Amino acid sequence: MTVAVETAGAATNGDRVSLLRVLGPAHVWALGVGIVLVGEFTGWNFSADKGGALAALIVCWIVGLLYTSVAMIDSEVTSTVAAAGGQYAQAKHIVGPLMAFNVALFLVFAYTMLEVSDAILLGDTIVAKAGVEGLTHNSFIAATIVVLAWLNYRGVLMTLNVNFIITAIAYVSIVILFFSVTPWTQGAVLKLNELVTPGNALPYGWIGVIAAFQFGIWYYLGIEGTTQAAEEVRSPARSLPYGTMAGMITLLIAAAMTWYVCASMMPWEYLGITYYPLWDAGKLTGSPLLENLLFIATLLAALASANGCINDAARAWFSLGRDRYLPSWFSAVHPKYRTPYRSILFLLPIALAFAFIADLNQAITFSILSGVLQYTFMSINIVMFRKKWPLGSIRRGYTHPFHPLPAIVLFCLCVVTFFAIFLGFGSQLIAMVAFYFLISLWFHFYRYKFVRRGDQFTMPWPKPQGY
Amino acid sequence: MSRYRPPEQSKAGQVFDIVVVVVAIFVALWLPLKLGLAGAAKSIDALDAKTWEALGQNPTMASIWEKLGYTPETAHDIIQNRFHYIIDWPTLIIMAAVLIGYFVFLFRASDREYRDVINEKFDDK
Repeated sequence: MTVAVETAGAATNGDRVSLLRVLGPAHVWALGVGIVLVGEFTGWNFSADKGGALAALIVCWIVGLLYTSVAMIDSEVTSTVAAAGGQYAQAKHIVGPLMAFNVALFLVFAYTMLEVSDAILLGDTIVAKAGVEGLTHNSFIAATIVVLAWLNYRGVLMTLNVNFIITAIAYVSIVILFFSVTPWTQGAVLKLNELVTPGNALPYGWIGVIAAFQFGIWYYLGIEGTTQAAEEVRSPARSLPYGTMAGMITLLIAAAMTWYVCASMMPWEYLGITYYPLWDAGKLTGSPLLENLLFIATLLAALASANGCINDAARAWFSLGRDRYLPSWFSAVHPKYRTPYRSILFLLPIALAFAFIADLNQAITFSILSGVLQYTFMSINIVMFRKKWPLGSIRRGYTHPFHPLPAIVLFCLCVVTFFAIFLGFGSQLIAMVAFYFLISLWFHFYRYKFVRRGDQFTMPWPKPQGY
Repeated sequence: MSRYRPPEQSKAGQVFDIVVVVVAIFVALWLPLKLGLAGAAKSIDALDAKTWEALGQNPTMASIWEKLGYTPETAHDIIQNRFHYIIDWPTLIIMAAVLIGYFVFLFRASDREYRDVINEKFDDK
């Protein structure tokens, strides 16, 4: 891994303090995988509850296809629109200001609620391990959120260096568990044939498979967060596609290993409700070493994810302030640490509040809802991008193949996921969309008057076709 | 095209806007929790005979439950707590209409704003 040197003063742009370009592909990988890997340690298994163990595997693959489409699309657009805010900056340049405002809110909600889920998981895991009567997770949740916010406040390079190390340890623990249970033999430790039988593989039939999409998203949710670092990456055109695609491959392998080990060691009814499937798998091997390794890895995965989420949510919020979509007070960059410190501090109490009022299942659903709204936008965004600036009209860092197939696949899978969410959280989905609709009216008819028009378009591109 | 000059927002106005956004976030996320709207419909299909066999667990499954610290009595509510998927068509139609309406509004309103941005950006040159 390349460790860049922060050079104070090198990134000043006139009298305006800007974010530092210090990150390489390894940091991009760490940001993406770090956010997502916690999904293997908790969350994905709720899809087994929704539709059975086989449904969890089916959605692992199909949702993997959804995210491969996301990664391909994202790599092309982001390697071309390299600005903080990721998909927000894309929406601003390709669709329009109102869409950009909404996309930024999708990002902030998705990442803040993911951070909340991570903190709850971490607190619950420690409480479960301690086994002390009366011990609650509240202090652990508060400490996690506050310490990670402080780390983010102090600097992006340190934050993502920490993420790289703890993500790598958590990932290696899955690999160690996988090979420790001798995956090439059945009957000794793994008993897939006896646990996933023709009678219980799909206990709710195919409707259960569709319902499982809701939590199948959790296998990979957040990989698109790599784009948030676009303004802090030394070579966005190279690092962003490379880091994102490498991250996606890493996650597909981890998801397949995780399902195989867990479904071969636990009945689906238990797998569907446990908060710590991999830690449980470690316990069931009977090896104290594996049990403790998976316990530590669960904590590290939760920490890495929450860390990356604070990083991403703050940058999306910062971008809103910088463009005056929200009060410009949020666009301040710390004079010493060069981080969007006001955005980091503003989102801190929101995360804390929801960590105390929502449970893990609900926090995950909040995050998934905003994520799927964002992916729906992405499927349409890439079609508009190619239409407004056809290949050859601007320089792209990466061009994804088979267009528009990935966009169509992504859109169709988003529709299926909305239906899956309807099966469990339909009222919540309507409430959230109603919120986005009302706040959009507020933005369009009131807030937008404070926004400079032409200044929003910052890319050195020709005029889009059709305008 | 003349360049649009946005009004300067007062400090009080900025604070007010922040409060609006925070309140909106809490209402959207907290209200469904408070009203008990969050969460899928699951209910326990209770069994009289609480044995591993009656719960549909083969000897391998039963041994794992026991390793995890469960008995047929304590595992009963986990195993028999099932989803009952019913498609409520009126709610589904409302949800689809809300989603489609939202995205149509987003793209149309964004396009109107975008045309101003493009006109100002490129007509200035």
